[in-house]
Amino acid sequence: MEKAIVLGCSAIGAGLAMIAGLGPGIGEGYAVGKTIESIARQPEAQGDCTRTMFIGVAMAESTGIYSLIIALVLLFANPLIKKL
Amino acid sequence: MDGPKVVFTIPIFGGLDITETVVIGWFVILIVLLVSLYLTSGLRKIPNTKHQILAEMLVGFVNNTVKKAMGERFMYFAPYIAALLLYSLLGSLVSLLGLRSVTADLNTTVAMALVTFVLITYFKIKTNGMWGYIKSFGSPIVLLAPLNIISEIATPLSMSFRMFGNIAGGSIITSLLYMALGAASKALHLSFTFGSFRLDAVQLFTPAVLSIYFDLFTGCIQAYIFAMLTMVNVSMAADKS
Repeated sequence: MEKAIVLGCSAIGAGLAMIAGLGPGIGEGYAVGKTIESIARQPEAQGDCTRTMFIGVAMAESTGIYSLIIALVLLFANPLIKKL
Repeated sequence: MDGPKVVFTIPIFGGLDITETVVIGWFVILIVLLVSLYLTSGLRKIPNTKHQILAEMLVGFVNNTVKKAMGERFMYFAPYIAALLLYSLLGSLVSLLGLRSVTADLNTTVAMALVTFVLITYFKIKTNGMWGYIKSFGSPIVLLAPLNIISEIATPLSMSFRMFGNIAGGSIITSLLYMALGAASKALHLSFTFGSFRLDAVQLFTPAVLSIYFDLFTGCIQAYIFAMLTMVNVSMAADKS
């Protein structure tokens, strides 16, 4: 019974953790939109703009990835089960 | 999804487990070696073979990237960056062959990020001196030292987690899709059994679209971003603070 409660709550927690995907989604969309604007204004700078954008997007992604890691840990390597 | 399977155990230090990741990593290293040997065989001054033109394209790409991101003074980093790019790229792309991605294991990415961390620390000490390096933790005031230490550790941590999270998340989503499609083809009575071999008709072709994104696109982008962040961080560490 205890195990079932812990497992269920871990699944809910994993789902809640992935709400953090909202932030990087908005941020990356904004970054890509701005990059497209600047490429449209100055098409010859496409290479530089795209390269810088990818690094920025990767940086913005880290918070989403952290939440993904927490969700994965809760689902596949649950540390709470061992505490019962 | 389970972790990487243990292939065999070396009986020292109470049993060293050699996992799937390590064995596939050896194959990736072997493939990189063979490809490099093939591409650089029979070099001529004026290239007229296809493989030499391809090799010059690859080397030129890496040289250009290093020159743009780090400047002329770090050109000796190009071989390391090329090795990093090739290993992480092929390590991610082996999932196209149905093998487990080498980079879908936190151990691989942490090892690669630790090398970057050592390089960053080395260049910081080299430019500012040992005392300057220690003093940089107390800037702007000594009270912020814990935060500075955390931000120092966060660089390799975020680099390794980013690569691992992207590749592992992609493979989890793909395997979930396979399971869902298997269940769907059972429900639609499109699942055929030939002896021990089972064919789920819905599983054909559909995952290929997702595979292009999760295996090809993510693998290439993450390899590039990892190499790029290494270059940016190292060249930033070499600037005087």
